[in-house]
Amino acid sequence: MESIGVLMLIPMNSYLEQELQRRYNLFKLWTAPQKPQFIKEHADSIRAVVGNAFAGADAELIEALPRLEIVSSFSVGVDKIDLAKCREKGIRVTYTPDVLTEDVADLAIGLMLAVLRRLCESDRYVRSGKWKKGDYKLTTKFTGKTVGIIGLGRIGMAIAKRAEAFNCPICYYSRTGKPDTEYKYYPSVLELASNCQILVVACSLTAETRHIVNREVMNALGPKGVLINIGRGPHIDEPELVSALVEGRLGGAGLDVYEHEPEVPEELFGLENVVLLPHVGTATVETRKAMADLVVGNLEAHFSNKPLLSPLV
Amino acid sequence: MATDQATTPPAPEIQSHDLSQVILLHPPPVFNYFKDLFSKKFHLLKAWESPLPLHEFLTNHAHSTQAMLCSGTGPPISADVMRLLPSLRLVVTTSAGLNHIDLTECRNRGISIANAGEVFSEDVADLAVGLLIDVFRKVSASDRYVRHGLWATKGDYPLGSKLGGKRIGIVGLGSIGFQVAKRLEAFGCNISYNSRKRKDFVSYPFYTNVRELAANSDVLIICCGLTEQTRHMINREVLLALGKEGVIVNIGRGAIIHEKELVQCLVQGEIGGAGLDVFENEPDVPKELFELDNVVLAPHMAVFTTESFKDLCDLMIGNLEAFFSKKPLLSLVMNE
Repeated sequence: MESIGVLMLIPMNSYLEQELQRRYNLFKLWTAPQKPQFIKEHADSIRAVVGNAFAGADAELIEALPRLEIVSSFSVGVDKIDLAKCREKGIRVTYTPDVLTEDVADLAIGLMLAVLRRLCESDRYVRSGKWKKGDYKLTTKFTGKTVGIIGLGRIGMAIAKRAEAFNCPICYYSRTGKPDTEYKYYPSVLELASNCQILVVACSLTAETRHIVNREVMNALGPKGVLINIGRGPHIDEPELVSALVEGRLGGAGLDVYEHEPEVPEELFGLENVVLLPHVGTATVETRKAMADLVVGNLEAHFSNKPLLSPLV
Repeated sequence: MATDQATTPPAPEIQSHDLSQVILLHPPPVFNYFKDLFSKKFHLLKAWESPLPLHEFLTNHAHSTQAMLCSGTGPPISADVMRLLPSLRLVVTTSAGLNHIDLTECRNRGISIANAGEVFSEDVADLAVGLLIDVFRKVSASDRYVRHGLWATKGDYPLGSKLGGKRIGIVGLGSIGFQVAKRLEAFGCNISYNSRKRKDFVSYPFYTNVRELAANSDVLIICCGLTEQTRHMINREVLLALGKEGVIVNIGRGAIIHEKELVQCLVQGEIGGAGLDVFENEPDVPKELFELDNVVLAPHMAVFTTESFKDLCDLMIGNLEAFFSKKPLLSLVMNE
């Protein structure tokens, strides 16, 4: 039986690589000195692509792989995949929902606490010896603050459940209202931002949601408001975010994602009301293994003609 | 005010004569922000502003003072100090903890104690959860990594650990411990506890001793007060029972943990990490901890929020006003 070619776009997880290597002929695109050439060379045998939040099967790649049957993403966000093209060509797409929901929601709350209570800043304060000269200043209480969620999907709901344990009133914006929740719905992000103290981006990235948090929204959130992004960098107009923070029009930010990862605007490095994480929303040993198992499971199901475990297309 | 006392003989109280007297040995942290609220309502005798040694100041100026305001910082309210205050009937402390007050002396003399009650339980619980997430998910460590420009050059930061499903052992299920438990349940954690007495209002598994709790937990969160029984209760034996992947969070008092043994266990990898807001000898922090990325350090700030300080201020003033108008105290401590 001819061995199945699987193209992995960038390094993402060594356990996943190992498991794919055992089952398939794994082509590691990042090891190629000339990528287009490498793809041409192996296009005949590549029937699957494995990407993640940083790199996906775009139109160009899909066109270059005539035998492509399935794209299995090591992520729940699929903004890097040309879904329309996949539908057009009958290419299946799978992703990793549910297994990572809790980790991302945990981190969203962790960011809220870290920003409001200045955890990173005061850890620096202790390590630098400043505590010997005096107490750290007063910070802001988290319990009871109104949390506004953009996107009340799996992750948004998990964030709401956790914030409720801190007695935080919850409000949200989504494309459509969710009738079976008791949370307060606002028909626009601007109104949501005007009525909450902590605004968290938890929706998927599409053409409609790009820069959904813009200058106006940040001004509405205000000098005491805190913005949390565990979605995608392009959800927020990044240059506007930087000036809002530097000018004090926005009270603080907790960011796990950026418009051009791994680049992070250096103007933010000196701000004590900002927490900067290197896209670690799902970065736990447990969750990455569960995600890897799901990627492999989906590929196995596809190549043995069984129903896919977590299809999107 | 202070300069007069250096050159003139002790004068009868000349200012704020209508206001009731309250003696303070040391300014509580809340004074940095809300001093005026107190001085408008009470005649404050501030021992630290006087050039007189403490015993002289108290003898000369506080003979008829019935109420004291103190905090966890500053000199302990010992039997000796209280003997210099023959009219003392009430000690109000801005802390929840009472380890700085001679409780036996208070009991013997019928001196009432009012503390911070539950006014900052939520803020302390929030900090405990924040520290735990930080250790598990390497928040402060990876924020440092990004700020040093390492994400672009060295690649991804090492993976953290999932909070969901972890077994949390709460040491001391009082007001703060209960708030911590309630929060962590929403993250899918499993709660157990050790406390002086089993609590009927929760269904969490109860362990009679801390070592057993540690052996059955992935995380220990210290939420109890410092007493003779709890001093150094968390020692090497307990830490080894917690294990190499175990994490400890302390928002109680530094001395509940045997600090030298904790440092050793962390340095040798006998436990997985720690989130610490309190230390045995504040503001000194063992330097070995500065080398460790699996440790998050905070400068005893669990109650230092604008909201808590304002609430605390209102409660302290409320207690003093109640006392002086012979009404029940708002946050009386049962001292039996």
